[in-house]
Amino acid sequence: MSATTVPADSLWDRVRGFTPPPRYLPVLATLALLVGMFSVGGVRYEGFSDPQVVLSLFIDNAFLIVLAVGMTFVILTGGIDLSVGSVVALSTMIAAKTLQLGWPPYLSMAAVLATGTLLGLLMGLLIHYFDIQPFIATLAGLFLARGLTYLISVESISISDSTFTNLAFKTVTFGDYYLRWTAIIALAVVAIGAYVLARTRFGRTVYAIGGNESSAMLMGLRVAFTKVGVYVISGFCASLGGLLFSFYILSGNSLHAIGMELDAIAAVVIGGTLLTGGRGYVVGSLLGVMVLGMIKTLISFDGTLSSYWIRIITGALLLAFVVVQRFASRRRT
Amino acid sequence: MTQMDVTPAAQAATPVVAGVDPVIEMRDISIGFGAVQALDAVSVRLYPGEVHALMGENGAGKSTLIKALTGVYSIDSGRIVVGGVEREFGSPAAAQEAGISTVYQEVNLLPNLTVAENMLLGREPRRFGAINVRAMNRRARATLEGLGIDIDPTSELGEHPIAVQQLVAIARAVDVEARVLILDEPTSSLDADEVAKLFEVMRGLRDQGVAIVFVSHFLDQVYEIADRMTILRNGKLVEERMVADTTQLELVKLMIGRELEVLDRIDRKVSARTADESGSPVLKAIGVGRKGSLEATDLELYDGEVIGLAGLLGSGRTELARLLFGADSADTGEVVIGSERRRLRSPRHAIDRKVAFSSEDRKAEGVVGDLTVADNMLLALQASRGWLRPIPQTTRTRLVEQYLEALDIRPRDGAALMRNLSGGNQQKVLLARWLITDPEILILDEPTRGIDIGAKAQIQAKVAELAAQGMAVVFISAELEEVLRLSDRLVVMRDRRKIEERPNDDVSVGDVLEIIAGESREEEGSRG
Amino acid sequence: MAESPTTSVSGLQRLLRHQLVWPVLALVVLLLVNVAAKPGFFDIRMQDGHLYGNLIDIVRNSAPVLLVALGMTLVIATRGIDLSVGAIAAISAAVACTRIVGAADEGALTTAVMACTYALAVCILLGAWNGFLVSVLGIQPIIATLILMVAGRGISMAITDGQITTVHNNTFSDLATGYVLTLPVAFLIALGVCALTAVLTRRTALGMLIEAVGINPEASRLAGVRSRTIIWTVYAFSGLCAGIAGLVIAANTNSVNANSLGLWIELDAILAVVIGGTSLAGGRFSLMGTLIGALFIATLARTVNNIGIPSDLNYLFKAIVVIAVCLLQSPKVRSVFRVRRPGATGSSGSVGSAGSATPTLAKAGRS
Repeated sequence: MSATTVPADSLWDRVRGFTPPPRYLPVLATLALLVGMFSVGGVRYEGFSDPQVVLSLFIDNAFLIVLAVGMTFVILTGGIDLSVGSVVALSTMIAAKTLQLGWPPYLSMAAVLATGTLLGLLMGLLIHYFDIQPFIATLAGLFLARGLTYLISVESISISDSTFTNLAFKTVTFGDYYLRWTAIIALAVVAIGAYVLARTRFGRTVYAIGGNESSAMLMGLRVAFTKVGVYVISGFCASLGGLLFSFYILSGNSLHAIGMELDAIAAVVIGGTLLTGGRGYVVGSLLGVMVLGMIKTLISFDGTLSSYWIRIITGALLLAFVVVQRFASRRRT
Repeated sequence: MTQMDVTPAAQAATPVVAGVDPVIEMRDISIGFGAVQALDAVSVRLYPGEVHALMGENGAGKSTLIKALTGVYSIDSGRIVVGGVEREFGSPAAAQEAGISTVYQEVNLLPNLTVAENMLLGREPRRFGAINVRAMNRRARATLEGLGIDIDPTSELGEHPIAVQQLVAIARAVDVEARVLILDEPTSSLDADEVAKLFEVMRGLRDQGVAIVFVSHFLDQVYEIADRMTILRNGKLVEERMVADTTQLELVKLMIGRELEVLDRIDRKVSARTADESGSPVLKAIGVGRKGSLEATDLELYDGEVIGLAGLLGSGRTELARLLFGADSADTGEVVIGSERRRLRSPRHAIDRKVAFSSEDRKAEGVVGDLTVADNMLLALQASRGWLRPIPQTTRTRLVEQYLEALDIRPRDGAALMRNLSGGNQQKVLLARWLITDPEILILDEPTRGIDIGAKAQIQAKVAELAAQGMAVVFISAELEEVLRLSDRLVVMRDRRKIEERPNDDVSVGDVLEIIAGESREEEGSRG
Repeated sequence: MAESPTTSVSGLQRLLRHQLVWPVLALVVLLLVNVAAKPGFFDIRMQDGHLYGNLIDIVRNSAPVLLVALGMTLVIATRGIDLSVGAIAAISAAVACTRIVGAADEGALTTAVMACTYALAVCILLGAWNGFLVSVLGIQPIIATLILMVAGRGISMAITDGQITTVHNNTFSDLATGYVLTLPVAFLIALGVCALTAVLTRRTALGMLIEAVGINPEASRLAGVRSRTIIWTVYAFSGLCAGIAGLVIAANTNSVNANSLGLWIELDAILAVVIGGTSLAGGRFSLMGTLIGALFIATLARTVNNIGIPSDLNYLFKAIVVIAVCLLQSPKVRSVFRVRRPGATGSSGSVGSAGSATPTLAKAGRS
């Protein structure tokens, strides 16, 4: 790495010879896919290349973005969280019910966030201290959250509180384009998540656990705190996502968000995060959500394809990413 | 039978540097696990600025001693004195804080994080609660440069070969300002150049006053780098010697030594064995080797012959055995069985050609604990028949009873759960598993390890009997007496290659030790 | 020299130690709760040559979950999992129904038979696909089967073109609502598959080999067990079972709604397997346990109804059950960080393996 007497590269030379570090390749692949899909759409469909299409993607998927951030933390440690969809439903129900009971809106929101966080804490404790597999523990969380939702109310409750509706429609406009506050919150969560993962000891310990948990312990890292912590974060994100979803849908219903955890997991995997843990970025998960959203948008623009193609294409994408990940990691070992 | 009865030394024989206190003193450390006494009143002294080798065969107590020093195990009796102060370590973190750092054989770092992070995680420089990446990289770079290691601290650890990862592990210890650095089998996966680099770094640290504990079974390397050594055997301290004052032959004798055992009295069964070496070999390995575990090796097996693989720990005996069976796939060479010549890719191939292999790690690679003794016994036979053809019940009962009896397995109950049997009986069940497949070639890796004397004798007698009936047997054992007692031909291995092969005509343990040690003396000049 | 520990134990103690005790006990308790709430719970009456009653309903309703759980049991025994069974069930129903509707004679017996056979063949292929991903490509079972779980719903909807397809075929309907010898056909089918599985695993060597692979894959490999074939087989079988379940579910309503058929049945199936005593970590499995587990889940659904709680609170009870089962199955003793006597604390009772005392580094007591 010592300096040699070679004439300084021109900018063009450096751009041309630029090879990204191999660890960023998965995210770049997802980005390339996204760009590719956008280009295809822009060429094929009228009005697709309008930047508002991209901005609307953020708006319509804000809640999923937040969910995916929380899920990324969990998956990075090699775990999984099946409860997030049910926590979203629970969140909408708590919000709706407390508002119906006359609670001040911000107190209502606080209750929602507290519940999700508490559930996450419970699951994290079960997983780390009782050695229960994450799959089963969060499965229990799924049942628990869904059950609590039904407990609160079997029927749908609508939200008409003005604070909620205002927040739902609050917009930032720049020129001809607009972005809702919900989307901004989601992007802020991504930014915070990325910062925590990259620049804090907690975040690096998350990667460490995913890389080799026993080594992390031998190195003296706070493994227990971090392992429980990621489930707390996931629970918080699930409830925050639930709040954003309740802004979106303005009702509490036990049938909401069925299967949303699968969307979150798919987004994380497509975003380049390994299910075995230790590798991945929240930015990748953001892009994964965008890819999923883009599929839906493409299909709706097309008009001729039925909506079930969304699932088939999502499955195919998952397959492609997983197989490539498998061969990449085989070569590494 | 030579009677070399080496009594364990009570005190170190040689003083080191006058006037300097040891940085670590372990006094009369004893640790027991159930019935096994892993360490029995062992005392070790480490001085600053020395490389101290910890020597001993499998089960000698080396790793137990290390784990006691690094806070993984608790001590039953004895004391650890660090810098004059008596200490007790409750965890690896506590030992680290006391200035004792360990680099394990498997490196135990995080391949998915950067070099700098691996060095500094947990202690990284921070600014307002966030990691100051630039400062961290700077500090890492400085430490690496100080050790003469030229790598980019921002690169991912996993991109580097094991040798470099080890150096990073050492760099982490240096950054912690360790006073004692323990290296546990650091050179197992390294080539000559990498070893040279490692030693350069070690010498640098030694000159700075760090005490380095070097655990290795590569005798050459010990002689190259170590100043003093402590030899353990069967959990007891044998002696503490200066490397310069000890020949390799003396060292090997101290390590292997001899105990007066009932076993020594059992005479070799001199039965009429027709080692049919005039015919064609029933198995022939040509240039079989695997990167990092065995150099290209040739071997021929004949009917009715017992081949003993002798050598120290890490000499490549198990690796060779596994390659002969296809448990690991070879990188080079082929195995010829009968008329077929191929590179064995899976145990299935070998088993179909009548080869059987009993692994040295019966717990991880042999025992199916939750199944019955009968199921365990019949596993290999059933596997070769395929799942559609279960072994008829009458045959099952007959075979199980036959072998329960023949190998004296207790309890005599085919329905007992495998995990409830003692080690010796489990080993016998595993032996039965392979005998039931009616093999022509039987490879036994450490079949008598960790089992009681009675069972040992039974297994050895069985091996002799099988050879007499025409089976070709490969027998591996760390106990040279056993190998010599049973073998018709001896293959001596060292440092992952075969160094000599000869018929077992009145070869003594001393002769074998000389071969193992003596070889190196010739080689010292030519080896890097 | 260890004697087998069970020989000196009294009969009652041995009964209590039997692994099926807990699931059976749980089922019995649940049934008693029902009787307490509605004293006529156990009544069975004969009408039109069929048996009617709560118990009969439970038994019939348990059929789909039982079928799926049977395949799931074998998959879990090999240390795997199959999340795609719901999607496969939907595909199976979609294929069968569209074939029946599109046939020349929609109501004919042969039509039904052909359609079902075709559907099941497709399901076996789908299961084999999962097996391929897991055993040949080495992909983790969770993600491998997740792919089909996601894509499969889309495929089933594509087959029915997004419509709820209704069929009119008496033979087909009989699958769910018919009775043979006074017992519901659905349950007989499930029982039949259960018996078939038992024969397949216990009368051949398949069961033992599956368990060996699940308990110690490396030892099995070294003993020459063809684990790849075995893993392939169990996933294909799981697909088949899911397919049969799909047919039964569709037959119940004489229609298939590809969106909702079999939704979340995989979770119920996993629950049934776990309640029945088979460990998620693989190894020994119990088909009888799975049967009891499936009955338990069906009874749970009934109980919630009977006691007058909204049926959707099912979820809450399931959560409690899952947590209870897992706490019981998890290692109780949290080892202190420093290992003192690894040989003595071995909870599996391994005696005399002191020679290979390889204590594992215990989890940190403090973070």
